[in-house]
Amino acid sequence: MKLEPIIECALTQPQTLAQISASQWDRLLQSARRLGLLARIQALLAEHDLLDAVPDQPRMHLESARIVADNEQRIMRWEVSRIQRALRGLAKPVIFLKGAAYLISGLSVAKGRISTDIDILVDKADLDSVEAALLKHGWEHTKVDEYDQFYYRIWSHELPPLRHRERRTIIDVHHTILPLTGRCHPDPKKLLAEAITLDGSQFKILAPADMVLHSAAHAFQDGDLVRGLRDLVDLDDLLRHFGAEASFWDRLLERGQDLDLTRPLYYALRYTSLILHTPVPMAVLEQAKKFAPARLAGLMMDRLVIHAVNDRLSGWRRSLQAFSSWALYIRQHWLRMPPFLLARHLMHQMWRPQKLRTDLG
Amino acid sequence: MFYTDFTYESDGFADFHLKLIRPANLHRVWRRQVTCSLNDESPFSPLPSDQAFAVFESLLNWSIYTTTYSYLIIHGATVERNGFAAILPAPPGSGKSTLCAALVSRGWRLLTDELTLVSPASGLISALARPISLKNNSIDVLQAYAPQEVFGPKIYNTIKGTIAHMRPPSDSVARMHDAAVPGWLIFPKYQAGASTTVTPLPKGQAFMRLSSGLVNYPVLGAQGFEALTRLIDQTDCFNFTYSNLDEAIAWFGALQPPCRDAVER
Repeated sequence: MKLEPIIECALTQPQTLAQISASQWDRLLQSARRLGLLARIQALLAEHDLLDAVPDQPRMHLESARIVADNEQRIMRWEVSRIQRALRGLAKPVIFLKGAAYLISGLSVAKGRISTDIDILVDKADLDSVEAALLKHGWEHTKVDEYDQFYYRIWSHELPPLRHRERRTIIDVHHTILPLTGRCHPDPKKLLAEAITLDGSQFKILAPADMVLHSAAHAFQDGDLVRGLRDLVDLDDLLRHFGAEASFWDRLLERGQDLDLTRPLYYALRYTSLILHTPVPMAVLEQAKKFAPARLAGLMMDRLVIHAVNDRLSGWRRSLQAFSSWALYIRQHWLRMPPFLLARHLMHQMWRPQKLRTDLG
Repeated sequence: MFYTDFTYESDGFADFHLKLIRPANLHRVWRRQVTCSLNDESPFSPLPSDQAFAVFESLLNWSIYTTTYSYLIIHGATVERNGFAAILPAPPGSGKSTLCAALVSRGWRLLTDELTLVSPASGLISALARPISLKNNSIDVLQAYAPQEVFGPKIYNTIKGTIAHMRPPSDSVARMHDAAVPGWLIFPKYQAGASTTVTPLPKGQAFMRLSSGLVNYPVLGAQGFEALTRLIDQTDCFNFTYSNLDEAIAWFGALQPPCRDAVER
């Protein structure tokens, strides 16, 4: 289970980048750009005071990536403040998830991380009032298709995405963290109960173990690792950060069972420690083994994951990689819905128009 | 042909990785195509293969536009003389490339005909000195006006109509590492039959007009704002309507160095 060496070095031992050659920089920047990790690598270099050791040309590209990430984060902070303004009057608990949560709580996982959409979690009972408040403050439905509205409201774990009509920013309002039709059913009441308040207001973030479990669920249960290596980088950073406190690991295992998220937790611990050398205690890895899938399924998952987190391979291995990403896509849908519903949903998706290509002008 | 004066220097690092290939599909039987990729990713539609050079130039522009944030990018041509740069920002069809090519053929140094790169740190404009892309009628006009310059073949039926490129002068290429101080900001407008008309532009208006069309300006945040205000402070700003190239070039030739201390009332 290996990453391309230069990417592995950049993410796990950035200090080794001080000595690499121009052609290695070339290789690294190309891969990092495709993997969406350019700004992350810039942030790691900055953290280790290594930017001055980077030759001018690659440094310019890293600097560009930083400027883009800073801008995205600036936009996200503003967006969070606008959402808080729209929802403050309701006086109901609102939990910011993923990128927005990392950013506003100042976690190191937010460094160089680009995410544009904002996800929030609210109590199902408050869903209607939250939706009404957002619509009143300028957000609009993006999915006007009848099937989409139906799909989200009946089977999904969130409202159809809302977009602000002036800022064009997207918000996903969740009432739980995984689709209702899926295999795992974490109880959102438990998440809400443990959530940590920000500055004493109704706005909150998930507790550390829950935050990790949500990230794991998103990568391995509800997602098809579509963010690839970035999903593992998130998990790695969160585990390193929270894992510094010894009591965290037991809590994580306990909470994984509590929230019915043991399988994604197993995958998260396995793949971060194997691929990014995340320091997960041996005892914890050992205990997590009881959450592992059957042997054959586990072997298959290993192949799919390593293809999903690696940069685009060349030659015949490229078709293998393409097959893996297709298999993960199918797997994600399989986990998300019972077979009949899945067949119906895929049939519907098949008839959609294909995405357009860019015309160079 | 267009890049003959450029030197190839590589220590193994390249800013952009562009690839143009003939796809090996059936389509080639009736019409040869070219597909292009940037950094091994290809979100672009294939185009007829006789457009390959125009595609290459567009792709290179696109690469710079979508990945470069260490410069403020102004969509416009820039030429330089006696140490000061004249920036000609303009939407397509305003004749900026025509004017730029004409000025370059009369001794101005070419910095760029499409992407003006302003360094937020130094306030200087970097040179690219790449081929000038001329469109439709301006191709014949320039070939008649500057027969000594080298022009490429006409490329028909592109998205922008007919395109031909003019080779950058050797001297501009040799000086491509010399950045230039912004001197004048001139919004050109070609209008058939019009006499040359110049109107000084108040700095506030120049700022609003320039900032509204900049692609990476919002991303740069405060740094972009500072770079742009500095540029406007440094330059004399004009609206410039023309149809006669000789008159236009004569006016540019008579430009006085910018008055830096002028304060807008």
